Amino acid sequence: MVERSEEHRASQGSESPGDLVWGKNGLSMALAELPRLPPLRFRGACQRVCRDGGRLLALCVLPPRRGPNAGSPSELVAVLGDDARSRIGLLCMELPETRSYPALTADLPEAQAFERELFEQHGIEPQGHPWLKPLREHADLAPPSKGERTGLRPHPFFRVEGTGIHEVAVGPVHAGVIEPGHFRFQCHGEIVRHLEIQLGYQHRGAESLLLRSLPARRLVVAESIAGDTAVGHALAYCKGIEALSATDVPLYAQAVRGIALELERVANHVGDLGALCNDVGYLPGASWFGRLRGEFLNLLMELSGNRFGRSLLRPGGVRFGLCAEKRKDFLDRLASAERDLKDTAELTFDTPTICSRFEHTGVVTHEVAQTLGLVGPVARASACDRDVRRDHPFGIYRFVHIPVALVDSGDVMARALVRWLETQRSITFLREQLTELPEEVLFVESAPFRAEAVVVSMVEGWRGEIVHIATTDRDGRLAGYKIVDPSFHNWFGLAMALRGDQISDFPLCNKSFNLSYAGHDL
Amino acid sequence: MWRLLRSRLRQGYRTSSLPLGPAPLPARFRGRPTLESSKCRDGCRACAEACPTNAISQEPLQIDLGACLFCTLCQEACPEKAIVYHGDHRLAARSRAELLVSDGEASLARALDVKMRSLLGRSLRLRQVSAGGCSGCEAELVATGNVVFDLGRFGIQFVASPRHADGIVITGPVTRNMERALRETYAAVPAPKIVIAVGACAISGGPFAGAEASHDGVPPDLPVDLYVPGCPPHPLTILDGLLRLLGRVQHSAASRSG
Repeated sequence: MVERSEEHRASQGSESPGDLVWGKNGLSMALAELPRLPPLRFRGACQRVCRDGGRLLALCVLPPRRGPNAGSPSELVAVLGDDARSRIGLLCMELPETRSYPALTADLPEAQAFERELFEQHGIEPQGHPWLKPLREHADLAPPSKGERTGLRPHPFFRVEGTGIHEVAVGPVHAGVIEPGHFRFQCHGEIVRHLEIQLGYQHRGAESLLLRSLPARRLVVAESIAGDTAVGHALAYCKGIEALSATDVPLYAQAVRGIALELERVANHVGDLGALCNDVGYLPGASWFGRLRGEFLNLLMELSGNRFGRSLLRPGGVRFGLCAEKRKDFLDRLASAERDLKDTAELTFDTPTICSRFEHTGVVTHEVAQTLGLVGPVARASACDRDVRRDHPFGIYRFVHIPVALVDSGDVMARALVRWLETQRSITFLREQLTELPEEVLFVESAPFRAEAVVVSMVEGWRGEIVHIATTDRDGRLAGYKIVDPSFHNWFGLAMALRGDQISDFPLCNKSFNLSYAGHDL
Repeated sequence: MWRLLRSRLRQGYRTSSLPLGPAPLPARFRGRPTLESSKCRDGCRACAEACPTNAISQEPLQIDLGACLFCTLCQEACPEKAIVYHGDHRLAARSRAELLVSDGEASLARALDVKMRSLLGRSLRLRQVSAGGCSGCEAELVATGNVVFDLGRFGIQFVASPRHADGIVITGPVTRNMERALRETYAAVPAPKIVIAVGACAISGGPFAGAEASHDGVPPDLPVDLYVPGCPPHPLTILDGLLRLLGRVQHSAASRSG
């Protein structure tokens, strides 16, 4: 009955209650609760939620419900975010025997990378996908067996044809000390008509490694997904584990996690401001922001013993706290760094040469940012009002609210300003938390996992929305693990920012996004 | 202009006096461990079981600093305090064997031979290749060049082209997809050349040892001249390793507390 009226429902656009189940960030749900829909109805439900202001947070396979040896995955799961109502929608698609289905990307471009990933990893074909190119595997680099399994074949770069069109290839090894990726520009004179970004060089196999490792190793793999986001990814991982084991993290530990997450944000934002200054040859900004980034990393080291906050988090809480004396020292150092930061930022943003290079460069319009489903500061610089800390509050952010920084010009200047605004607001948060930490309880031991459950754990890392999805089997063992780094959504935004701009602006645009290669490649 | 100068005065001179002065590292910083295997109880495997990267072997008790992430879970697990991490940031070594720490004093990285030192000692140009690095090690390598650590004052610089380089610095576990680019970059560096492996991933695979799409660090046929352990190593650890390699810092035994 339901199956027959599928087309009808989709075209009506009304919310059909059985099509998806709503949950919350960091709350586990029974896998059995997830509705299993046929492909067309699944697509209709996704479209409907996204049309009503929702977003696609993730699209991936669900491990076979009958256990790890039950063959290849037969279900897809879509995770949809309804930011306005702070809820997360989940729904499954039963894969037909042909292992192909009508692609979501045609109507929902934000699904493009997810569907390419499905095709590459599992040979599941989204029919009608406009650019079904492998995301991470390279036909010329992969071992022969891999190609047979997934139908991996060489896929050419997109080419612009015409007189005066030329191609520029950069990478994977770049000039600076940064991660590898390949950039293929289609230029007409100095103007970039199209940029294709080919990644995958950093692919290590983080998801499968995490899944088959012991708990101690899982945590360090999570910390190493993107090294500059060690706290963000470790937090997403721990939150997921805690949801599956119904562990209540002490308030003190939640506050310390918040302090670490905001220190990580400030350190990276300040570092980015310095890097932006460096790319336009403004050396005072480059030197001073660069030094000040270190001050925040050093605070993180004071707290955790490591400049990137590694080993601070553990499932159930944190390993280190802050005594009263240390907090006073933190507040002093914070005040001194803030003073120097303000001085440097005011000087930088008042410098006419900076403004002329940052303004109108690498514009991502609000519409493009919405369509591509961009996240984090990059989205907020194009006036996309989204921030997991407010929309899907977790941990300490359920009690303390940080105002969301929005700028609407979508250019390099907007992305720099969002970082500077967020830096100031995070410092205010840090000061508050350091002044009023609750009684010290570092952690509680966590219990065994709930069986046949799924949890979506979201964290607003400094680059944006981090999503981890964990599922357990009938014995309560981890059966599936999906990681979505914010860069996964945002790389395409960089490609669009370059369209119509000069190729010489690429380094500046790239820096204004500062995306993770390893986080994308996993 | 006046504002700029005023800010310059306010920001002050920030370059550290290191490696000559004492390292300004906080109490929680985790550097070189010391081991006392005589304290071990028979059959106790608590430290080895706590280690996320299997860096610890027993009988005799030994930690492989090339795999160690300096998380100190072993120290927490040990009921007898047989493993204690100290604040000594000087960790670099010239060979894989020298990264294996057991009882007694450890040695620090030796300098290159006289010929290489005369060629590179006062001017070292390096090309960095990230081969699966998570950007932790990359970020710390960049930080060695900032105004605080100021690598440039020692005549060491990261350059854009392997053709301009005297050696390569490798980070990451060496993913399958980067192996070819890494080998081609190495081949493009004119001889004589050196190879430096930075971070647990490049030395042993680190957190990614055994991952399906990558190797366990720098392939054995690339001759590594300097290993800099850590996850990621502190900029001072990198700086110390480079300066010792070039013979710019005198050899001295590792101390118990830094």
